[in-house]
Amino acid sequence: MKVTVKLFATFRAGRFNIEVRDYPAGTTVADVVKDLELPGEKLGILMINHRHVDLDRVLSEGETLAIFPLVGGG
Amino acid sequence: MDKILRIDMGAEGGPKQSTETAGEFAALGGRATTSTIVAKEVPADCHPLGAENKLVIAPGMLSGTAAAISGRISVGCKSPLTGGIKESNAGGQAAQVLARLGYAAIIIEGQPAGDDLYKIHINKDRVEISVDNSNKLLDNYPLIDKLKKEYGDKVAYMTIGTAGERLMASASIACTDPELRPTRHCGRGGVGAVMGSKQIKAIILDDAGCKNRPPQDAEKFKAANRVFVEGIRKHPVAGEGLPAYGTNVLTNVLNEAGGYPTHNFKTGQFDGGTKISGESLAELEIKRGGSATHGCHRGCVIQCSGIYNDKDGNYLTKQPEYETVWSHGGHCGISDLDTIATLDYWDDNIGVDTIEMGVAVGVAMDGGLLEFGDCEGAIKLVRDEVGKGTGLGRILGGGAEMTGKAFGVERVPVVKSQALPAYDPRTVQGIGVTYATSTQGADHTAGYAVATNILKVGGDVDPLKPEGQIELSRNLQIATASIDSTGLCLFIAFPILDQPETFQAMLDLLGGFYGIEMTGDDVVALGQKVLSLEREFNKGAGFGPADDRLPRFFKTDPLPPHNITFGVSDEELDQLYNWE
Ligand code: SF4
Repeated sequence: MKVTVKLFATFRAGRFNIEVRDYPAGTTVADVVKDLELPGEKLGILMINHRHVDLDRVLSEGETLAIFPLVGGG
Repeated sequence: MDKILRIDMGAEGGPKQSTETAGEFAALGGRATTSTIVAKEVPADCHPLGAENKLVIAPGMLSGTAAAISGRISVGCKSPLTGGIKESNAGGQAAQVLARLGYAAIIIEGQPAGDDLYKIHINKDRVEISVDNSNKLLDNYPLIDKLKKEYGDKVAYMTIGTAGERLMASASIACTDPELRPTRHCGRGGVGAVMGSKQIKAIILDDAGCKNRPPQDAEKFKAANRVFVEGIRKHPVAGEGLPAYGTNVLTNVLNEAGGYPTHNFKTGQFDGGTKISGESLAELEIKRGGSATHGCHRGCVIQCSGIYNDKDGNYLTKQPEYETVWSHGGHCGISDLDTIATLDYWDDNIGVDTIEMGVAVGVAMDGGLLEFGDCEGAIKLVRDEVGKGTGLGRILGGGAEMTGKAFGVERVPVVKSQALPAYDPRTVQGIGVTYATSTQGADHTAGYAVATNILKVGGDVDPLKPEGQIELSRNLQIATASIDSTGLCLFIAFPILDQPETFQAMLDLLGGFYGIEMTGDDVVALGQKVLSLEREFNKGAGFGPADDRLPRFFKTDPLPPHNITFGVSDEELDQLYNWE
């Protein structure tokens, strides 16, 4: 299935900003994180369709997954 | 900080100064000091621009010490924008210098009879208050250039631009950064207009010959500072995200979460968000030879700011904050960084709050004055109307509410007459509670529930639901009132919320400095006391439960993409101050 992945801030370095990627059915957010070799201890916000999700959320065809490192401001 | 400087601008025969011992204020600082003095000495029903109002300036409890990131200065008064109590704080060098000079506070009261414009020069030997009408109608950048020739570059300046002189309700007080740029503003609530009403253009603070304030328990203090700095450096937000991208890293976050108020709070996502995001901003700053990492005062170990150069590589302004990029950007449908940076420069130069000004321009756009997305039009409004004090400029400079009335706009995003910042309360319901109930009017910094709702720092509360938001906002508002008193930058909240040892180090810094034992309970007690004082003042100024509300449209108009409304009930909002 096709999933759009968006990366932000430091996670973009050496990777990409946005990419449509192919994953087998049943792929979880954790699988994508592992596939992209994102450092677990720096993981911040994970969102699908503008809602926060957990690492064990299973992706569906056509969804957009946004992955941020821990960030803040204000 | 053993003394208080009192200046009566209305004394017969000209301004009169006196020095008092600091008493209870020797071990207080920042917001606790300004709010206590304002609540005690200013009649709550006075006119904010009249002789009875007072402008109180106080460094934080740890300012002027070797404690890291302790250079926040608080300015308090009755606000000409909200009509309630105001504490507005900023970085820059002023807090460190004022504290080293030994002042727990400066209280400026009364009003001169004529139309002379004054400046106040403070060094370790004396305080000189003099007339200098040659500064009249100078904006902040040219004013600082002129003052530098007289007082040099080893001092800190607090100044007002033309907006303050013209008594606009959005006027700020500028504090210079380490390179003497007037870029760090006590922005919110029109404190610059109160300084203008006292006819003071500039305060020059010179700490030559002064030393850092010495701690009572040097060993404990030093050890605590080390752990505190380590804790800040190792936290991903304070040690990595903020220095690299600044506060504007939030544009992509809020846009992705659907909580980015766009086109005057009509939708929660902005098409042009990527172009003005913190990632794009940092890249452009570095490409043009500016910097994406800069501290607003010496001793800041986070350095969330930066330097923004124009396309020719010349300094234009400091790195615009997330709130500024939003107010002049997405809120107005503008997705051009050079336009936003130019507006940031003009806001700083004229001396207005970037949030209030940007929101006012967006409200005017909604009222048909110009099209959303009109970059040149927005610059003209700020530079040529507000900056020149035209009739239209005075309406805009009066803030979002005044602008909304002038242009017949129904959707006016204000609480207690102060413009909402860059988080939509329908999608970030916790910050909606803070906007509604804060003593300060709509103010994200008063209880930054965005951290827990969206960023998942310091816990996790669902941003889209009303459950748990009151308690969250209450606890954050209490903690913030305390932190605003310490002089520490609020961004230490990220590491101290997440890392118990860093929170303990903050307590030990305070304890080591003052030779006492500080506990978490003391922090809560101080915060509650400050908030209660402020509430009491606001009651006297005529505020009641009906003022602790968001504008009605947040309850009636669903916000895309989530299509939900603000769900926290009025009864719940009235429970915020449940310790009273
Ligand atoms: S973190 Fe930013 S706002 Fe805070 S003191 Fe440092 S530069 Fe100033």
